[in-house]
Amino acid sequence: MSVSAPSPASTREQEPRELARARRALVDHPLLMLGLILVLLVAACTIVKSSYLSGDQAGAILRYAAPLAIMAAGQTLVMLTAGIDLSMGATATAAAYVMAGQSSHGTVSAILYGLAVGLAVGLVNGIGVGIFRVQPLIMTLGIAGVVTGLLTVRAASNRTAGQNVPHFVRQVGGEPLVGFIPNSLILWIVLSVVVIVGLRRSGYGRMLYAYGDNPMAMRLAGVRSWQLLTVTYTLCGLLAAVAGIVLAGLINAADLGLADSFLLPSVAAVVLGGTSLFGGVGTYSGTIMGALILTVLDSFLTLLNADDSIRQILYGLIILALAALYARVQRSA
Amino acid sequence: MSTMSQAAPSPSPSPSRPRNVKLRRFAARQGWTVGVLGILIALLIVEANVAPNFTSFDVQSLVIAGMPLAFAAMAQAVVVISRGVDLSVGSVMALTNVIAARLMEHHSMGTALGISLLVLVIGMVIGTLTGVAVVTTGVPDIIVTLALGFVWAGVALVVLPTPGGGSPPSYQTLSSGSSLWQWTPNGLLVLAAAYALVWVPLRSRRLGLAIYAVGSDRDAAYLSGVRVPRTRILAYTVGGLFAALGGLALTSTTSIGSPLSGNFYTLTSVAAVVIGGVSLAGGKGGLVGPMLAAFILSAAVTVLTFLGADANYGQVIQGALIVAMVMLGGLLLRRREA
Repeated sequence: MSVSAPSPASTREQEPRELARARRALVDHPLLMLGLILVLLVAACTIVKSSYLSGDQAGAILRYAAPLAIMAAGQTLVMLTAGIDLSMGATATAAAYVMAGQSSHGTVSAILYGLAVGLAVGLVNGIGVGIFRVQPLIMTLGIAGVVTGLLTVRAASNRTAGQNVPHFVRQVGGEPLVGFIPNSLILWIVLSVVVIVGLRRSGYGRMLYAYGDNPMAMRLAGVRSWQLLTVTYTLCGLLAAVAGIVLAGLINAADLGLADSFLLPSVAAVVLGGTSLFGGVGTYSGTIMGALILTVLDSFLTLLNADDSIRQILYGLIILALAALYARVQRSA
Repeated sequence: MSTMSQAAPSPSPSPSRPRNVKLRRFAARQGWTVGVLGILIALLIVEANVAPNFTSFDVQSLVIAGMPLAFAAMAQAVVVISRGVDLSVGSVMALTNVIAARLMEHHSMGTALGISLLVLVIGMVIGTLTGVAVVTTGVPDIIVTLALGFVWAGVALVVLPTPGGGSPPSYQTLSSGSSLWQWTPNGLLVLAAAYALVWVPLRSRRLGLAIYAVGSDRDAAYLSGVRVPRTRILAYTVGGLFAALGGLALTSTTSIGSPLSGNFYTLTSVAAVVIGGVSLAGGKGGLVGPMLAAFILSAAVTVLTFLGADANYGQVIQGALIVAMVMLGGLLLRRREA
């Protein structure tokens, strides 16, 4: 309902020209707006703690942002088709857990096992959504329950089995390459380039946007949308597995609640990054900014040294405020 | 939605036309609910046969286990019918649960009932706030309620950092006792009363119709004079009321308050709503289906444990059940359309 547009022409003209131009720039380039929010958050952190701006801190932010952003990459793909994947947390945890359990077979096969878990879960989701046309929310929610349950059963039955995060995975997840730049940043950059270029240049990417924009038109144009959806959810599962493995390397443990707390932030990162929940609109670069903002926000709340309760309240309110601000700027366009 | 037509009674022997039409209309409107009820009854029959000795106690424990989820499903259903989704249901339940448990400790039944009324008002206020946030910010429901879910969960931790509090023993019999007849646990009566007192009067009045109208087509509703933002807010208000009832049910069934008690209910309520025949696209379904679906989800686990399955498989079974039922329903619907 475009009721809340109080005669835009009159207010616009009264604004100084520079301000109007700045506003226009923000609306036209959402990334600029997100960057501004990020800078403001970092500034807030610096006010609380003057030594915040340091290489160590940047390294910590990047280390924690990497798994979130990799997970959010999968979420972005799925959301471009107007879907959602609520099984990513469970999938990431399962992949990391299986990887750690297979570490005695060598690093390579351990990682492959972990990725296979992600592939399998993603494929099941894709078949459910693509072929049986179950609503994505329900399909992935149900599968999340199945995966978590199976993992619990497995953990209960072989508690003695060696759970061990391979050295290589720890290096990737937690250790720096040079200075404060973590290894996981390299992986993240590589994946980002693949996703961004893939979305822009490949036929798959263009089909993804087209499907999200108008699924019926795609079907009428002869595109086998079930294939598109199956591939997309499979990729999403795979990215969840990568995120889970990186996270296990960062924490140096793979317990049963490893990635649960990353699920909802992965959705929030995508939406903050400007991807529409209704599909067809959005970019991965926006999602990256969303993930960075959420991670810096998290570190800000840690700096405040508040109780968990206050942290949660602030986290929720700030996400809501950012989303509202973003929606307002977008609407004024 | 006459998909589960096997559950609908076959046309009566005297094929008088109006009755036939009425019946068909009933099947079209309530077919799904009847089907869900059929599944629940089938589950109960299986349970009666596999349980060592099936008594009214088993029915009672089923009601105790399913009651909070049933309220959560009703809360979610009202919001989903208005084409929203409320990912803060679990947090609101936890918050109302801890408020009730904290205030009721060491008090009499009369005071506890007064406190319950207060908690219901709190639930409605929370729901209204959520609705206002959704309508005024223009941010999708899912994000607003997700963010507010964090907020309410945080507030619940402020109210009661660790599980504690209490409730008078007679308050617990509101869910666990069976004062009327041993086969009708009080919890079931409370659920029925909440449905009859809140939703039945609302459903056929202006507000209820407006909620359905807003859910099925916002523009059409706007053009026919429905105040869309107000209706959406009120849908969240009613949802908040049911969520608070869910929180009170938690207080009654567990006898204490726990700030983390709600986590399970948020997403499971969405599943119950969809299994119960409410479309996530809004405007379709009712509250009985989700309520029954909540009991199916909790009864299935009990039945399978009786059958000798590992208790740890509970979550697996629930997840698989959610997917299977929605898949089956989708296939039946599509066959009918084809």
